Amino acid sequence: MEEVTSGLAKIGTGLAAVAIFIALLLIVFFIGARARGKLQHPAAMIVFLGPAIVLLAYGLIAPAFLTTAGSFKDATGQNWVGLANFGWIFTTPSNREVLLNTALWIIIAPLVSTALGLTLALLLDRMRRESISKSLIFMPMAISFVGAGIIWGLVYEYRDPAGAQIGLLSQIAQWIGMEDPPNWLLWQPFNNFFLMVIMIWIQVGFAMVVLSAAIKAIPGDVVEAAELDGATGWKLFSRVTIPMIRGTLIVVLTTIIIAVLKVFDIVRVMTNGNFGTQVVANEMYAQSFVQFDVGRGSALAVVLFVAVIPLIAYNVIQLRKERTIR
Amino acid sequence: MTATMRRRGAVLLVGGVAATMLLAACGSSSTTSESSAAPAESSAAPSEAASEAPSSEAAVPAGCEAYAAYTGSEGTSVTLFTSVLPPEQQRYEDAWKPFEDCTGIDIVYEGSDQFEAQLPTRIAGGNAPDLAWIPQPGLLAKLVQAGGPVPAPQGVSDNVDQYYNPAWKAYGTVDGTFYAAPNSSNMKSFVWYSPKVFAEKGYTVPTTWDEMFALSDQMVADGIKPWCGGIESGGATGWPATDWIEQIVLRQFGGDVYDQWVAHTVLFDSPEITAAMDTLAGWMKNGDYVNGGFGNVQTIATTAFQDAGSPILDAECGMLQQASFYAAQWESFKPGAVVAEDGDVFAFFLPQISDEFPNPVVGGGEFTTAFSDRPEVQAVQTYLSSAEYATARASQPGGWVSANSGVPLDTYTDAIAGLSAKYLTDPAGIFRFDASDLMPAAVGAGSFWTGMTAWFGEDAPTQEVLAEIDAAWPAS
Amino acid sequence: MSVEAHEIIPMPQPDPHGRQESIPEAAKRKLSSPWATGLVILITVLWTIPTFGLLVTSLRPSEQAQNTGWWTIITDPTLTLDNYSQVISGGSVIPNGIAPYFFNSFAIAIPAAIFPLVIACMAAYAIAWIPFRGSTFVFFTIFALQVIPLQMSLLPLLTMFNKGWSLGPIPIFPDLNKPGTEQSIFIGTYVPLWIAHTMFALPLAIFLLHNFINQLPRELFEAARVDGASHFLIFRKLVLPLTVPAIASFAIFQFLWVWNDLLVALTFAGGTPDVAPITAYLANIKGSYGAQIHLITAGAFVAIVVPLIVFFSLQRFFVRGLLAGSVKG
Repeated sequence: MEEVTSGLAKIGTGLAAVAIFIALLLIVFFIGARARGKLQHPAAMIVFLGPAIVLLAYGLIAPAFLTTAGSFKDATGQNWVGLANFGWIFTTPSNREVLLNTALWIIIAPLVSTALGLTLALLLDRMRRESISKSLIFMPMAISFVGAGIIWGLVYEYRDPAGAQIGLLSQIAQWIGMEDPPNWLLWQPFNNFFLMVIMIWIQVGFAMVVLSAAIKAIPGDVVEAAELDGATGWKLFSRVTIPMIRGTLIVVLTTIIIAVLKVFDIVRVMTNGNFGTQVVANEMYAQSFVQFDVGRGSALAVVLFVAVIPLIAYNVIQLRKERTIR
Repeated sequence: MTATMRRRGAVLLVGGVAATMLLAACGSSSTTSESSAAPAESSAAPSEAASEAPSSEAAVPAGCEAYAAYTGSEGTSVTLFTSVLPPEQQRYEDAWKPFEDCTGIDIVYEGSDQFEAQLPTRIAGGNAPDLAWIPQPGLLAKLVQAGGPVPAPQGVSDNVDQYYNPAWKAYGTVDGTFYAAPNSSNMKSFVWYSPKVFAEKGYTVPTTWDEMFALSDQMVADGIKPWCGGIESGGATGWPATDWIEQIVLRQFGGDVYDQWVAHTVLFDSPEITAAMDTLAGWMKNGDYVNGGFGNVQTIATTAFQDAGSPILDAECGMLQQASFYAAQWESFKPGAVVAEDGDVFAFFLPQISDEFPNPVVGGGEFTTAFSDRPEVQAVQTYLSSAEYATARASQPGGWVSANSGVPLDTYTDAIAGLSAKYLTDPAGIFRFDASDLMPAAVGAGSFWTGMTAWFGEDAPTQEVLAEIDAAWPAS
Repeated sequence: MSVEAHEIIPMPQPDPHGRQESIPEAAKRKLSSPWATGLVILITVLWTIPTFGLLVTSLRPSEQAQNTGWWTIITDPTLTLDNYSQVISGGSVIPNGIAPYFFNSFAIAIPAAIFPLVIACMAAYAIAWIPFRGSTFVFFTIFALQVIPLQMSLLPLLTMFNKGWSLGPIPIFPDLNKPGTEQSIFIGTYVPLWIAHTMFALPLAIFLLHNFINQLPRELFEAARVDGASHFLIFRKLVLPLTVPAIASFAIFQFLWVWNDLLVALTFAGGTPDVAPITAYLANIKGSYGAQIHLITAGAFVAIVVPLIVFFSLQRFFVRGLLAGSVKG
């Protein structure tokens, strides 16, 4: 009972914070709206854009600069070491494996997630009870990485093949006649793919839901016109559907790629980067927070950042086109 | 190193000078000083008194005499950050409850399994806890270099001089300045086994290295895998394997080589460490011997160290090399499991290899480090180094052992704690702190862990593993 | 309001002739074979089985859960709620229950879902409809900020919460200590968590909301401006109501992300029952009771049940809102 009371008080604190926040905003708006003449424009700019800029400047932009500077310093962050940390990243054999794994992740996980999501979106669009399937496939999106680690631990768990199995995958392998199933998380290089499966499991729902809505939003007359022209099946799909949802596809791919680049939780929880499964984001975490080598940790962060630049650039070009259309 | 479980344990119990030190530590001037001569009583007395209404400020409340030296900070709180999680947490809180009641200082306990990553972050961010239990002397030294820990007050230093073996003070000292007194300690040189299975099969507990392997071969002949092991431990995966190699280095080459290895004057890629790895290869990497209940050798890398001992209770595995704190695990495999010489499970001392190096013991512990010198923080820090605290904590269940010699031996009712004490206090024995905890983090919490994990999980070649560990040693 | 939104937003609309399905009919006929349905069902089952295994394991007695696979319930259907009562209120193995952490998660996630949304909505409006030099640059910069790994921000933020931060002479964040200590008054409260989550959520929120707000018809704003309405009035009376679907969808996502976060929580809240969320509890019991799979799974299920409820009950909203911006006709 006491727990419930204090619990409700906690939720009350949260709601009170929201109320105060809204009240503050209304006051600022009230004052801002008093601005007249020349003051009108700057007042609006400060009120609307100010909070976001301040938060982003402190929370993300300044740390990004600090990290970049840190990548040229030693473990303690005191002395400049030039490109030594980057040399370490690109010449150490174990790091080459890390970079290769990360590249595999970036290519495979987003593509598979998006392709599977698109397939499901197309299939679901013509099913009766689509919402049940949709909900269940989307469900992993609502599960934390800690939870996902526990869930997939129950799938990949290895036990002596002679005894009772606890891991589902080993059990299935035995059922289909594989007497001595491998220890999945040790089985190189396939263990990388077993980890990616978890990411795909989480992301497919996202891709499916977004793409499904995009497909539904294609105007019927466009499709009819195409059909009158004799486009059917695959042709219709590749010539009409895909171009129509291209923007959405790009957004989905970009979002998943960024999520994949930053993913360290899955690897950390499942293998901690052992057995040839290390990726840049987890190595960065280990260097920065376990081995306290701020320089190397920062350098790895910079590598991640640089790796995304082409993707961002591509998106910016796309967005630029759209903005000029407006 | 150090996973959250690596704690507790044994001790350098030198003798029961309990009575006098209690008085000295607490500076009590009260009328009950006579009764507090018996530590067991004195630790009980305050808790009784706690329920009574405290009297006015002027007089020390009845039963609180032992804490008189710590008063003057009523209504304050002190934060303590540790890697020690429940259920241990509750036992600590029960132990210092009388202290809190008498002094009015609230000890706010916070345990995290991300302790090693979180502590430096919080210090750098200006949110250091008041006190932290740091399990690695290497981490303590690192933090001192970066600035953060404050030197221990005189009271702590006096307590440590009085109650602890000088070796322990050295681990809490950086560049000649003493920072931290030990909290608990653990004894890592144990082998767990099932007395029931041993009795059933007619096995006897081995007392020499050769006997232990003869027994292993006997078990193989009887169709039991003699050894099991698990080194998976989340972000600290690999640490149990570093313990194994430490045991062998100390047994095969003695304390001097061990110290040189820690200092990196003996490299990993040296004949000594290579030989130790070969010894380990014939033991925990021997396909005939491992991994009972889990499968082949490689499963050692993926089995959680917490799970590793479970097959012993089912007679699927004969023995497990693990520290004294593993005593807490058995209950979780089998509710009501009895840890005793005639119970479900017990431990024997991992035998020495050579007569040249008798009774080698590898141990660990954590150190109470302060990040503030506020009076209430110093009061708590001093109290935590006192014999009274150690006695109160040791009388809680769970096999906790302190290196504080002021704890009367009969306080330890737990069989494993008693056994730990027996070996740790052996004057002819060789005690060394966990080597990976003393090494720089890049090795001790980095390449040493990953190298050993690859050695087991991927069957990476020994020389390659050792060379890679060496390569990660920071240039000084 | 939503009806109004449909009329105004120039996004691809369902066919006005009342034809609900808009997909290529031929493709539809070709693909709507039984095996297509079968494929979807197969994937659905595959996607659900791991979570189902978690649920089943959490309902099994410890002995069975630790030694046999969860699918053996078919032959050994022993189920119990003991694991849940242990996890929720504490028991012999886990003395502390999950309850305080559960409420903390709500207290953290509700404001941390609303704050960034409102701030992002305002920023998105400014970028889209308040003309100023460099608006394109600001927008692209914010978009690019998505890739900054938040691990890199933890330390500077922690410093700010403890020592305050001022931009030159202007205090942005106060440096207030609890009386008699060097500890900031914000330590041990939810405040740092709310702010940190708000910061980390902004880039994506601004990006998506901008895409949405950007597509509102120009005439609407021009008419309002001609009538002399200020930006504040337009924002409150026009933009906010029209953006509700997008805001709702993102709020749900943000709620889920915050609820599921561990890293930010560990750094800014620590593990005390006063403020730490349920994920911190879960990570701790996983660290200390690795072998207690029946309890870990029960804890994990308690932790995911709220996101699942939120998700299943509100999923209609997010789809529509989130998309509106990204779908281009």
